[in-house]
Amino acid sequence: MSVELPAETPIDRFAAPTPGAVLEVRNLLVSFPSESGTVTAVRGLSYALAPGEVLGIVGESGSGKSVSSLAVMGLLPSTTRISGSVLFRGRELLGLADKEFSELRGEGISMVFQDPLSALTPVYTVGDQIAEAVRIHRDVGRDEAARKAVELLDLVGIPNAKERVRGFPHEFSGGMRQRVMIAMAIANDPDVIIADEPTTALDVTVQAQILEVLKTAQQATGAAIVMITHDLGIIAGFADRVVVMYAGRPVETGTVDDIFYRPRMPYTLGLLGSLPRLDRAERQPLTPVEGSPPSLVDLPPGCPFAPRCPMRLSVCLELEPDLDPTRHPGHRAACHRHPEIEEQGLTATDVFPAPVAGEPPVARRPRLERSAVLEVDGLVRRFPLTRGAVFRRTVGTVHAVDGISFDIREGETLGLVGESGCGKTTTINEILSLVKPQDGRIAVLGRETNKIDRAGRRDVRRDLSVVFQDPMASLDPRLPVADILGEPLRTYGVRKEQRMTRVRELLRLVGLGPEHAARYPAEFSGGQRQRICIARALALEPKLIVLDEPVSALDVSIRAGVINLLEQLREKLSLSYLFVAHDLSVVRHIANRVAVMYLGRIAEIGDVDKVFDAPAHPYTQALLSAIPLPDPHRERERRRIVLQGDLPSPADPPSGCRFRTRCPLFATLPGDRAQRCIDEEPAVTSQGPDHGAACHYAQVKTVL
Amino acid sequence: MTVIKETDVTAPEFDEGEVISRGRLVWRRFRRRRLAVAGIGVIALLFLMAFVGPHLVKWSYTDQDLVHGLEGPSMRHWFGTTQLGQDVFAQTMRGLQKSLVIGLLTAFFSTGTAAVVGSCAGYFGGWVDRILMWIVDLLLVLPSFLIIAILSPRFRGKTWLLFVILLAAFSWMITARIVRGLTLSLREREFVQAARFTGVPSRKIIFRHLLPNMSSFLIIDATLNVGGAILAETGLSYFGFGVQTPDVSLGTLIADGQASFLTYPWLFLFAASILVIAVLSVNVVGDGLRDALDPNSTAVRARTRTK
Repeated sequence: MSVELPAETPIDRFAAPTPGAVLEVRNLLVSFPSESGTVTAVRGLSYALAPGEVLGIVGESGSGKSVSSLAVMGLLPSTTRISGSVLFRGRELLGLADKEFSELRGEGISMVFQDPLSALTPVYTVGDQIAEAVRIHRDVGRDEAARKAVELLDLVGIPNAKERVRGFPHEFSGGMRQRVMIAMAIANDPDVIIADEPTTALDVTVQAQILEVLKTAQQATGAAIVMITHDLGIIAGFADRVVVMYAGRPVETGTVDDIFYRPRMPYTLGLLGSLPRLDRAERQPLTPVEGSPPSLVDLPPGCPFAPRCPMRLSVCLELEPDLDPTRHPGHRAACHRHPEIEEQGLTATDVFPAPVAGEPPVARRPRLERSAVLEVDGLVRRFPLTRGAVFRRTVGTVHAVDGISFDIREGETLGLVGESGCGKTTTINEILSLVKPQDGRIAVLGRETNKIDRAGRRDVRRDLSVVFQDPMASLDPRLPVADILGEPLRTYGVRKEQRMTRVRELLRLVGLGPEHAARYPAEFSGGQRQRICIARALALEPKLIVLDEPVSALDVSIRAGVINLLEQLREKLSLSYLFVAHDLSVVRHIANRVAVMYLGRIAEIGDVDKVFDAPAHPYTQALLSAIPLPDPHRERERRRIVLQGDLPSPADPPSGCRFRTRCPLFATLPGDRAQRCIDEEPAVTSQGPDHGAACHYAQVKTVL
Repeated sequence: MTVIKETDVTAPEFDEGEVISRGRLVWRRFRRRRLAVAGIGVIALLFLMAFVGPHLVKWSYTDQDLVHGLEGPSMRHWFGTTQLGQDVFAQTMRGLQKSLVIGLLTAFFSTGTAAVVGSCAGYFGGWVDRILMWIVDLLLVLPSFLIIAILSPRFRGKTWLLFVILLAAFSWMITARIVRGLTLSLREREFVQAARFTGVPSRKIIFRHLLPNMSSFLIIDATLNVGGAILAETGLSYFGFGVQTPDVSLGTLIADGQASFLTYPWLFLFAASILVIAVLSVNVVGDGLRDALDPNSTAVRARTRTK
């Protein structure tokens, strides 16, 4: 096996290290064997990291961003082939024996992983694990190390560090565990911290906390950070310089301003253009990047992005472009046409076709004149907490959904947002199962689930369908697409010939071809699979579609295409959506109205522009302010409302207002006024036309 | 702005890498296990022998060649003869036929029952689950060997299919429990939810979505069950509770021949070695299938080489 070097001037391995750089990666190549051939995961990555600098590495899944950092840490399996050079303070790391590497890990370079649960050993207390990290590299006694552990936990903002140091990992929430990981990473004052998607598994308000902690940690140790993420918003506010990776190669590098305001590579343009903006009321067009990243086995010659690039020339298919400097010093882009992009000042919408869908015709009538497709009134769902295997006894109740009300009118999209554990999923499960709720009322297309019989339920199911989050799990891997799409039709007795016609029609409707009908789900990319899920949901011509996080499992560049599709379908077929999401930017783009949930209750509900531009509930304000904007200037100016602590357990919600334990407003209230929040649960009160908030002291505050 | 957007090439064929169908991938992984491939060959050979073999010799398993009683292997009688002058080759082939057919049928029934019972229990939950699992637990504590031993004399003279049913009735429970466990996790998968929310009836969900998705497990289980069933049948027949005379199976042959193991080894040796070979190859194939179908299995990956 031989690795073909990319067509660029190879950087001399033995050249003098860049002066002042704490970590320097040169022409890194990583490949490993796989079932279908050699996967070249990283093909020529080079960067130099100055002390105290934050370098962001952005890319979609499979772009090689994580593999490159594992290679730097020497953590790849022995079957991997690595070449190039990694210099840490001028010392070559590649080829170092594991023992020598171990001395360096933690001491010189440390790492924060994505999943804080699997990164901590479940059988030792967190204190022991931090102390261990200290004692490996320092000749200190047990007590000294334990003291240091408490100090570190304190630094990363874990309350009662003295007590919590004796806790086991499972006793910590995801956010707290990630703090522990950061504490371990900075235990020995490393020079470089590599953070691999450190906030991807966390909720947005917790993400804001963790990013603050990382900043604190950086200030305390003066370490340089390599921030690996797919979230351009985080990069905008956190990084100094950025490397954009695609198919194992850096395709654009520069300062954060260069990348965000002067992107010169079509991929970066498309990526930035595909992000819905939280801070824009008018519906800006999203630029979908069609297709999916290439397989890294036997990559064809030419630019790897060429098959998806609307600007490709024949040269792009033959010659892979070098990472050339642009006019701005330090800004490089790997595109044959970057001078043209620069000269003509092309933006994402110039390069990529970006359709803008309108409203369905029915939505032009005033809202209250349209009939309601879904009414939820005082819905309650509690789950008993039981203990014991033989004699089950109820030891508590989980208040998953505790009296929520909303409605959706014809042609309307309601965004249901909230962090994990707020009851979104329970709500839609209650709606979709069409059974009598424990308390309250659900009516789908005017038919109440309290009174519905079996045949009626079957009728309603035709008008109500669902698209789930994970397009891989929601398609039966054993059935070809034609059978998957035909299943709802078959259930309602559609004949075979008509079924096949309808399947072809559906595939065309979602932008796939009829020839896809004979293939299996595994042969499609994530975006295509989600299109198939949407086609299945459309099969019976429903009126209302429940969309459960339909784009959050997709790569950034694919999302825009699916969002555009959903918007076009809504216009064309006069659909109504219940759009469940935790990504508020997407909700702002697609929804007309939004309901913000917190711990089983609705905190704020109303017209999407009113809620986002003038949020009245402190939780909505915190949620909106926690979301990073893909705009470095605005990010630097913004002040975050960082919520304290984690979501309380829904088995034991706080009395009165459920948000009071984390509420920044509650903390500033004088005693008598605060008492009201403790005693009385606030109801949703009107804050203007089509805008309501459940707060005793609701006060509009602009946070975007 | 339109000038620059123009491209001078058409979209190249979208390359998402070579898509390998699951079937081909499994076959490729299976092929790497030389032993398992050999196992398949041996099983095919045994079947061929069992069903074609008796036609190659002029003796049937009941025929008596009284002149040549108790003779060693020769050209006339390939595996020798018994005291009554019966041809051991014809008898062994007949016995192998019986054992193989019984093994296959038992495995089929047992895995089939397990699949239906386990998936119903897991999918419906509640009372269905409790009752079915109660039956499973009950059958698990019953001493199956003893019960078959007590019941089989009553079936004397009736068809051997009853024997198959008895064997199957006592061998499906553990598989059913595993299937139930698999169903519990599968039914929470979104494609099952999606089917449920479109109103697909439960029966169809079980047979169209649940069972095909655990087919790899079921195939492996059935394969391994074949070996188990052959052994159980042989064991019972050995003690005289299984296949009854004049019919023969490998078990009765071994039982008859064991007394003269040292003096007239051909009475015993051929039947015993064919039994060992058959069960061994079935198990080897089962193991190979498991490794090939399980994407996490390391046994295959360890031998993976780069192109």
